[in-house]
Order: sequence, then C-alpha cells, then structure tokens
Amino acid sequence: MNNGALVRLTDVHKTYRTGEMEVHAVRGVSLEIKRGEFVALMGASGSGKSTLMNILGCLDRPSSGSYILDDADVSALDRDRLADIRNRKIGFVFQNFNLLPRTSARENVELPLIYSAQRLTNAQLCEKADRVLASVGLAGREEHYPSQLSGGQQQRVAIARALVNEPEVLLADEPTGNLDSRTSIEIMGIFQQLNERGITIIMVTHEQDIAAYAQRNVVMRDGVILIDRALSERLDATTQLQQDGRARPPGAPGIMGE
Amino acid sequence: MRIAPTFNVAFRALRRNKMRSVLTALGIIIGVGAVIAMVGIGNGAKAQVEAQIASLGQNVILIFSGSTTSSGIRTGWGGAGTLKIEDAEAIRREVPGVIGVSEEVVSTTQVAAGNQNWFTRVYGESADYFDIRQWPLADGAPFTPQDVRSANKVCVIGRTTATQVYGNAGPVGQILRIKEVPFTILGVLTPKGLSTQDVDQDDIVIMPYTSAMKRVIGGTNLRNINVQIGDARQVEAAQQQIISLLRQRHNIRPGRDDDFTVRNQQEIAEAATATSRVMTVLLGAIAGVSLVVGGIGIMNIMLVSVTERTREIGVRMAVGAHGSDILTQFLIEAVTLSSVGGLIGIICGIGASRILSAYAHWPTLISISSIAIAFLFSAAVGIFFGFYPARKAAALDPIEALRYE
Repeated sequence: MNNGALVRLTDVHKTYRTGEMEVHAVRGVSLEIKRGEFVALMGASGSGKSTLMNILGCLDRPSSGSYILDDADVSALDRDRLADIRNRKIGFVFQNFNLLPRTSARENVELPLIYSAQRLTNAQLCEKADRVLASVGLAGREEHYPSQLSGGQQQRVAIARALVNEPEVLLADEPTGNLDSRTSIEIMGIFQQLNERGITIIMVTHEQDIAAYAQRNVVMRDGVILIDRALSERLDATTQLQQDGRARPPGAPGIMGE
Repeated sequence: MRIAPTFNVAFRALRRNKMRSVLTALGIIIGVGAVIAMVGIGNGAKAQVEAQIASLGQNVILIFSGSTTSSGIRTGWGGAGTLKIEDAEAIRREVPGVIGVSEEVVSTTQVAAGNQNWFTRVYGESADYFDIRQWPLADGAPFTPQDVRSANKVCVIGRTTATQVYGNAGPVGQILRIKEVPFTILGVLTPKGLSTQDVDQDDIVIMPYTSAMKRVIGGTNLRNINVQIGDARQVEAAQQQIISLLRQRHNIRPGRDDDFTVRNQQEIAEAATATSRVMTVLLGAIAGVSLVVGGIGIMNIMLVSVTERTREIGVRMAVGAHGSDILTQFLIEAVTLSSVGGLIGIICGIGASRILSAYAHWPTLISISSIAIAFLFSAAVGIFFGFYPARKAAALDPIEALRYE
C-alpha cells in the first residue's frame, strides 16, 4: 500500500503572514522519501528548505496539502500530538548543536527519554544514554559538559540525543555548518554508517560536497522543488578519511562553515 | 504526567545557578522570617496581656462606683462614693450564679515595723478575694469571714512589702503598724509580678475591708465590688441583673445614666488586647509586604531565566516536551525557590524572635499555625509569581525558540 514510503508530502504549501505581507515560503511541494534513504535537501537561503524542514520535523504544520509520516497523517495534529510524534519518530540534529549548557553529555542524551511515554528508571535512562554515546564514539565522555567537548564531539552528543529514542527519521539541519572539513567528514561518516543500518536521514545543507555524501539530492528554489535526483557517485566518508588523513589540508575549500 | 523527571529537571536547573537561586530565595527568606518574627512579637505581647487579665480571676465582673454625678461631671471609675456595703450584700443575696463577692476599698499609706517603714497600697477586701483573684498564699493563711465581720486587725502582705519591711525574716505572726494601728500579719501572698500598667502587684497590704474602713481609710463607701460567677455562660445575664439591681437600689430613673460602671473580665481583656492585636496585624502586614516583594523577585528572576533559556525550551519542545511539561518545570522551580526560602525563613524568624526575647526582653510567641500559614503562603507566592513566567515559557513556539540568539 505504501511501497516503503516513510514520508509522503502531497502539494504542501506554507504561507506566513507578517503584517500585511503574505510570504509564500513553500508553494506546492510533493515529495516521497522511502524508508532507509539518505536525502540531502538543498537550496539557497529563502528557497523554502528550512520551512520544509520544519514541516518534515513536525515543528510546523503545512498551510495546505497533506503530510503522511509513517502511514499517519500528521498535517493537522495539535501541538501536543506533534510533540509526541517528534519524540517517538524524529531525531533532530542542528547546526549549532543545541545542547543544554552546563549539562553533562549523558543528561543531554537522556532528554528525549524524559519526555517519552515509556517510563524508565534513572538507571535505565543512564544505561541507554551511555550505550548510544558509545555508538557514536563518545564512551568515557558521559560526564563531560558541552563546553569541555570539541565541536565534532558536541555534534556527536547531539546525534546520540537524536538517536536515543530510536526514531524513524533523523533530521539534520546544516549539521556540518559549524564544523571544520575533517570533522564534517567524520560526521558524514557517522551518518552513512547509521544509514547503512537502515536509519532514514534527511539533511538540509547548502554545501554541494556535503550533499555528495547522500544518496539523493533534492534542490529547492522559490518554494518549489527544482531538481530531485539520485546520486550515482556518492562520496564515502570512511574511505575518504582513511586516504585523505594526511593528503588533504585542514580547512579544504568549500567545506568550511558560512 | 511526567512529574518525577520534571522535578529532576527543575532541581538541576536550580543547582546550575546556585548563587542566583540563593539570592532569589533570600527575598522569601527575609519575608517569611520577618512575618514569623513580627507576628511572634505581636502574639507574645497579646499573650502577656491576656495572662495578666486572666490573673484578675475567672468569670469576674467588676463594678466601679461612679460614672457620672448629677451635675454631669464624670469622675472616672471608683471616683464617686456611690457603692455601699449594702449593694454588695444585695448582689450576694439576689444575683443568681454568684459564687464570690469582694467589697474593695483602696488607699496608699505608710506602714512600719520595728525601725523599718514603707509606703505601700492598702486594699480592703472580703475573704472571697483570694479565691476570686486566684491568688494563693505562699506562707501563712488568709483572713476569714469572721475576721471581716469583726473588723479584726489582721492582714496579709505581698512579697515586695514583706521584703521591704522585714528583709529576709519571716513576717507571718509579726505586727505591722498601719497608721499607728498594729495589724497581725496572717500570711504572705505568692508573687504576681508587674501588672499591665507596670505596677508591682506584690507591693500591697490586704486586710478585711471592714478593718480598712474603720481603722485605716475611714468612710463607708466602696471603691468597687468584685463579683465572681460560677459559670461562664451566666456572666452576661448576671451583669444585666447587677445593673438593674443597682439602678433600682440607687433610685435611678429610666433614661438617666448609671452612677456606677460594670465591666466583665472579657470586656477588659478585649480592650487590653485590642492594642496588641492591632500591633500584630500591623507588624504582620509590613512583614507581608516584604514577602510580596520577595515574590516579585522570584517572578523577575523566572522571567530572566525563561528568556535566557529560550533555546533550552526550544530543544526540550523539539525532542517532545509538551507545553505542560515546560509549565510544570518552571512552576516547580519557582515553588521550590519560594518554599525552600520559606522553610529557611521560618528558622530565621524563630531565631530572630528568640534573640529579641533574650536581649530586648520582649515576650514572643510563635504558634504552629503561624508557621504553617507562613509556609503555605510562601509556597503560594511561588505559584502565583511563578505562573506568569512559566506560562510564557510554555507558550513559546519551538521554531522561534530554537532560532533564538
């Protein structure tokens, strides 16, 4: 019935009203993303990709059109129901990491569990958070505060937080925007590994070479999808890290943040 | 609801900002401490007055001679000699419920024994007086109705008089010369201390009123009559009966003022405690203002905190927190600040009133109810002043909050 579609947007519009002005941020987007895909959503600023991302992340509702996530229509749910969907089915990774300051890595990762319907004991919370932290290579850093971690490590904590509730889809908004090139590749390596394990990833980026790690690129302009293509030659972060370790100077062109 | 983890979250947030939490709670600490101490002082003063009024005796009605004269000049209580011995006897005879009557005359005079002398107050009373005032003797025995009937030259004296005249020697059985009349001392009263007007109640000589009239003061008018009623519920009725009895005996026509004044102990107590009650309310109100100021401090800090943690709120919402979770979290933070502040404030208030009692010799009385009310009030302050910031936080739009710089 759904031939594996996890996300199905049908003719989605989003219009903001700022005073007298109406801003048509998204004007008629239809998009289908299958389970296990790794999609890069691209576009210049003002293209509507952030708005679309907010809708995909159930942070916002479309003005019109429908959004089916995991066979359930979420386009008209209220605030609390959307919060529950975000908690169960969506993991967020942000450009600026958005970790809670003066809060240990473990407690940051526990955050989605606190708001989940399943009641876990403190020991279970801790155990689960530590396991996910270890899976992103941060074993032994559980007690560290974000200020004691590098940018790449902070982003790993954020990824662990996004994964801890075993979501259907990982939404990443410019995940490498604040990272140097090597760390960016590392993060892409983690994404590719997660993707190989079957996790669906939707990543917003405006950098061509970051988008090249995805399987499929969707390019937006003026609120509509301009290009939607599968990548025949995607970059592989793991091999790249092995080869380029020394050959490529840090801060390679085009990969640094804005 | 996910209350338990939300408590954890709130406590962690408070611990992250220790100094700020302490300073915010300080407003409540001072407020609650001030309320506890001030109300303690007010209640202490009231209790002291009440204890002194109670020492007048149980269910006592006081009748003072005078109030107005026929020319309309008011002379004050006990001023005009309108009460007669016969009036007292009529009350004893005719008013139901009366269990004791004491005719009272008062004078001040010089008393002497051996080579010592002392200026003191002399009270003439009936033998009922010691029961009415609940004033037992420390030593010896009181005078008897027989002594009163015979106007015997006997008396009992207060502790102060005893010390002044006899020093440490036992005065019972000794002779005390009052206006050159020798009186035998039958007993020494237990000390009562200072009265509400700071008069030393133990500086006194009490003798049968008949003896006082005949040998010390002269005249046959009573200053006042003390009446004791057996049952508290009969006091009002007895008071009315005394009034009509005396009006009848004094031939006062309807519409004219009484030539005597009747007060029961309750009325005297109310008049005397009214001042301290007003003081308690005033002190409490002033302290209450500081508690409200403390509450505004909490609101202020919570608003700052919500603004400062906008991103945190956004993250929490993004990972699935409901508005109600955020509301609860900030409410718990506010209530924790205010109620922990309240608890510490109670301890500080108790300490402050102890210090005042010890060094300023102010009586203080801290009741369990004032502690409970102060604590509940401080918690309520937290809810009241925490609600607006908490609701503001809960109403944030997650997208805006995540983007907040």
